Amino acid sequence: MLTVSGLTASYGAVRALRDVGFTAPRGQVTAVLGANGAGKTTLLRTVSGLVRAESGSVRFGDRELTRTAPERMPGLGLSHVPEGRGVITELTVEENLRLGALGRDGKVRPEQLERVFDLFPVLRDRRSATAHVLSGGERQMLVIGRALMAAPTVLLLDEPSLGLAPRVVAQIFDLLAGLVADEGLTVVLVEQNARSALSIAHRAVVLNLGRVVVDDDADVLAADEQLRHAYLGF
Amino acid sequence: MQQFVNTLLGGLTLGMVYAAFALALVLIWRSTRIVNFAQAPMAMVTTFIALEVIEHGHSYWLAFAIALAAGLVLGAAVERVLVRPVEGGPEINAVILTLGLFIVLHAAASVVFGNRYRSFPAAFGIRGIEVGGTTIALTGFGVFTILAVVAVMVLLVLLFRFTDLGLRMRAAAHNQEVARLLGVRVGRMLTLGWALAAVVGSLSGLLIAGGSLVSPGYMDSVVVFGFVAAVLGGLDSPAGAVIGGLFLGLALSFVSGYVGSQLVALAALAILMAVLFLRPDGLFAPTRERRV
Repeated sequence: MLTVSGLTASYGAVRALRDVGFTAPRGQVTAVLGANGAGKTTLLRTVSGLVRAESGSVRFGDRELTRTAPERMPGLGLSHVPEGRGVITELTVEENLRLGALGRDGKVRPEQLERVFDLFPVLRDRRSATAHVLSGGERQMLVIGRALMAAPTVLLLDEPSLGLAPRVVAQIFDLLAGLVADEGLTVVLVEQNARSALSIAHRAVVLNLGRVVVDDDADVLAADEQLRHAYLGF
Repeated sequence: MQQFVNTLLGGLTLGMVYAAFALALVLIWRSTRIVNFAQAPMAMVTTFIALEVIEHGHSYWLAFAIALAAGLVLGAAVERVLVRPVEGGPEINAVILTLGLFIVLHAAASVVFGNRYRSFPAAFGIRGIEVGGTTIALTGFGVFTILAVVAVMVLLVLLFRFTDLGLRMRAAAHNQEVARLLGVRVGRMLTLGWALAAVVGSLSGLLIAGGSLVSPGYMDSVVVFGFVAAVLGGLDSPAGAVIGGLFLGLALSFVSGYVGSQLVALAALAILMAVLFLRPDGLFAPTRERRV
């Protein structure tokens, strides 16, 4: 269980998060929604330590994570897949995946690599290719696969649907839903694409100008036409 | 024919030294986007350390090892103490810093080691090897130079391609933020990158010094040629740096042997201009990332 409370942080000179609090329950998908500039990305970056929290706390189980260096997150069981894919394009597909496993405890286990290749067979076909030849959808599969190589308990995903065809988005979200159902993975899913995100989310948090305005079950939000119109635009 | 072979061999030896120096520049550029103008005086300082060890009666090889170790420490210290504070700032700050370090190391070496020319021994013969009765322009030390640089290149390839540490270092060089999120201690990797580069630079310093005279300024001309070699190959490409160094060494050797040695510097400039006009990213730059 990931608990964020009273979190305040800035993006450059802008106060991007004001007193943000929510809980991402274990084994569930928590969607973080909201317009561009609502603070979604800064929230994830603050949780993983890339942005310094000015006040408030992030707790993982009974462990205090606030102001822990981002380098330590994979070792603690948190994998953050950043916005804009975050593939290291100069490395091969397999090197990207191995790098993911190194973050956990410095070891690469062959069976783990096989498991990721089973989830994303297209990566197996291109394992020796330099990552810059991959398409957008393949890159998204690669970064999710790379995060899974660290065998995380919590997966922080920033806009996985960005710039992808609807068919590819559906494929990736199906897979995420499967991982959550089968392995009890906890997912914090930041999305602009609220409709797709709500289709697999259990909980939903809506940010507006850096504040939490909705924190409820995903179906409740999906059924509430007024809230959807006000904050999600559909 | 004999002149051709001799020019070729001379160029090959020289090219290997330029290649090593260019490789040192590329290692630092790739990881920190800094052109280390202080590479030459850093190598000069470690060569003088070797010379002091030799003049105190110790063996050449002990001095050799101590100089490389000194390079490792010096490179790490420069990154950690001087470069780290200006990283992430405007690029000009780092450039000024390495130029300043160039001047400081020069001045310090003049004070500590003296400003006169001192002769540096070579581990192997510095006379041409005889092949079938004729002496060719390849010395025993020349053979050692070529082998030493090749060995360093092979070791670097093994490190970067086949070890977890090498993978971490490459990740840190290509994308610092993503590397941090994957658990890579980026700061340590950068320190290590500078340290390794300084070792390679020190090696080039020792190889140039072998069998000739050293003074605080003896590496300065190599800066120019090493830099041209690095740009020739593309500052981002270690393999390019090596090929660029070899190409430059051969080209300059032929210019010197067939046209006139006074034109060498001009020829280097002409090659640099031609490359910058035709392929500004260098001859061996990796293809630019496709924007999707």
